[in-house]
Amino acid sequence: MDPHYPLIYVFHFYLFGVIAIASAVAFVTRKSPVAAALWLVNTMFCLSVLFVMLDAPFIGVMQVLVYAGAIMVVFLFVVMLLNLGHPSDLADVRARWWKIGAGVFGLVMLAEIWVISKTRLSGDLVLPRGANEDTLARLGAVGAIAQPLFKDYLLAFELTSVLLLIAIAGAVLLGGRKGGADAR
Amino acid sequence: MLAESLALSAVLFVIGVIGVLTRRNAIIIFMCIELMLNAVNLTFVALSRFYGVAGQVFVVFVMTVAAAEAAVGLAIIISLFRHKQTVNIQDINLLRG
Repeated sequence: MDPHYPLIYVFHFYLFGVIAIASAVAFVTRKSPVAAALWLVNTMFCLSVLFVMLDAPFIGVMQVLVYAGAIMVVFLFVVMLLNLGHPSDLADVRARWWKIGAGVFGLVMLAEIWVISKTRLSGDLVLPRGANEDTLARLGAVGAIAQPLFKDYLLAFELTSVLLLIAIAGAVLLGGRKGGADAR
Repeated sequence: MLAESLALSAVLFVIGVIGVLTRRNAIIIFMCIELMLNAVNLTFVALSRFYGVAGQVFVVFVMTVAAAEAAVGLAIIISLFRHKQTVNIQDINLLRG
């Protein structure tokens, strides 16, 4: 199914994949929330490179802007706001049974990867080769997303705006000073 | 590159799950959830090369939902911190009967 890729492409794919995994491991193991957040930003940058390499340049840009730029800034903002920079009193990992459960889950997922790598997709599920490249060339990076987003998925798009509105209202209500939690 | 992308996505997802299961800091657990969402986005993008651009549209939706979730979740964490002066989930048992 995969066409033959040039060596430089494969090299960069593996390079950024390995950096992403290493950053994710560092992210999970850091004690300080600030350091963990910065490693997660590094993972997201690597993922955005992979998105661009996988013919999704708009998603790559959105990844940098929305995830690394906006969401992680909000996280860091909360960490600074709550003065959680000191790792000593909050950086414990949980007890042994949770670790064993996590290890079992990891083994299950590895088994799933192995099974997936053995299966073959049926032919009628697969697009003709180059179909996405044609769409990208015809509509451009933004148009390729915008065309289905505003035509086929218009209802979902509008519902997303309602969701964002409710989320804003909920965040203000929960975080506001008159939320009741502060009325000690 | 499909198999490599799916494998990378699965590995990142597992790292996120391991973080959720083993850490006690509520904010880091939240960031692990973001990592899992990112792994799923990578799956969407990798498969969208073979199944059409709809996968990338779904990535946009996932990003919006992640933004909404981060806003509400962090507001909840802030109000919990006001209540309990901690974000360690061992000390947060408001819903335990």
